[in-house]
Amino acid sequence: MTIVVLNRRNLIAAGGSVLATGVSGLLLPACAQGVAPTQSMSGGSNNYRKGAPIVDRIGKGGFWMSGTVRRAGDGAPLDGQRVQIWAHTTEGQEHEPQSHGATLTDKNGMFRLEIPQIIPIFGQPHGHLAYDSGEFKTVFLRPVMRSAKDKSLEAHFVLQPV
Amino acid sequence: MRLARLALIWAALAAAICVPIAAAATSPLLEWRGSVYILAGFAGIVGLGLLLVQPLLAGGYLPGLSAYRGRLAHHWIGGALVVAVVVHVGGLWIMSPPDMIDALLFASPTPFSPFGVIAMWAIFAVALLAAFRRRLGLRTWRIAHMVLAAVIVVGSVVHGMLIEGAMETVSKAALCALVLGAAMKVMVDLVRRMRATSRGESVARR
Repeated sequence: MTIVVLNRRNLIAAGGSVLATGVSGLLLPACAQGVAPTQSMSGGSNNYRKGAPIVDRIGKGGFWMSGTVRRAGDGAPLDGQRVQIWAHTTEGQEHEPQSHGATLTDKNGMFRLEIPQIIPIFGQPHGHLAYDSGEFKTVFLRPVMRSAKDKSLEAHFVLQPV
Repeated sequence: MRLARLALIWAALAAAICVPIAAAATSPLLEWRGSVYILAGFAGIVGLGLLLVQPLLAGGYLPGLSAYRGRLAHHWIGGALVVAVVVHVGGLWIMSPPDMIDALLFASPTPFSPFGVIAMWAIFAVALLAAFRRRLGLRTWRIAHMVLAAVIVVGSVVHGMLIEGAMETVSKAALCALVLGAAMKVMVDLVRRMRATSRGESVARR
C-alpha cells in the first residue's frame, strides 16, 4: 500500500498534471480534426502597407526572418504563398516603405527573408508578418524576439480557406 | 556639517534622476530613432524622475526648503508631470498611431501598456482633483490623492521596468526602487499623522 503524503508541493504537482492532461484532453478533439488555423495577433497589422513588393532582401540584410505556411486541417505545406514582412530596423522605421518587403514560400511551405537588424520599438523588439493574398483568410503576426541581440526570428502560419 | 548634509541630499537626488537620463542618452537605440520618438521617450524618463521628487516634497524630506516652498514646488512639478505625460503619449502617437491607439484602448500586445495608461489617467485625475481640492475638504482630498498617487507610482514603475527601450537596466531599476521607497515612506508618515490628528481631535472633543 502506498502512503499518500499530502503537502503543498504534492498538491501543486498533482494539480499541474491534472491541468496538463485536462487541457490536452480538451484539445484532443481539435487534433482529430487536424491542425488548427493560426489566429492573428493583437497589434499584428500595425503599420501594414498592402502590396509591398517581393524582394530578394530588405535593405542590407543581416537578420533572418523565417517560418512556414501550412494549410489548416491536414497541415500540408503551402507552396508559393506570399508572406509580407516589416519591422523597425537599423535602416528604417516600421511605417516607412523601405522597411517592408514580401517573399514566397517554397515547395516545403518554408519562407526566409533577410532584413536589416530589428531594433526594439514601442518597448519590445518585434517583427510583423502578414498573409493577405485572398485565397486563405488574412493573418497578421507580431512575434517578439527573446533578446534584442537575436539575429533571427521565426513565425508560422496555418491558413484556412476563405 | 548641516550644510554638508544638505548638499549631499540634494546631490544624491540630482544623481538619482540625472544618471538614468544620461545613461539613456548614450543608448545605441537612439541612432535608429526619429527625433519625435526620442523626445517622447525622454519625456517618459523625465516623468519617472519627477515621480521621485514629488513624494520627497510632499513629505518635506528635502532640507533647505520651507514647507510653503515645498508645497508650491510639488504643485508645479505635478503640472510638469502632466506635460511630460502629454508629450510622451502625444509623441508616441505621432510616431506610430496604431500602436498608441491599441495602448489607449487596452488592446495592446505589450504587457506594459495598460500600466502606463492607468498611471496616465491617475495623473490626470490628480491634476483635476487638485484644481477642486478646496471644495473636497482636506481629508477627502488627501485620501483621494494618496490612493491615486499609489496607482501612479506602481503603474509607472511596472510600466518602466517591463519596457525594453533606451533606459539602461540598472539605473532604471535603481530609480524605480527609489520612487517606490519614497512613495511608501511619505504614505506611511501621512497615515500616521492623519491618525494622530484624528485622535487629537477626539481627545479635544472630550
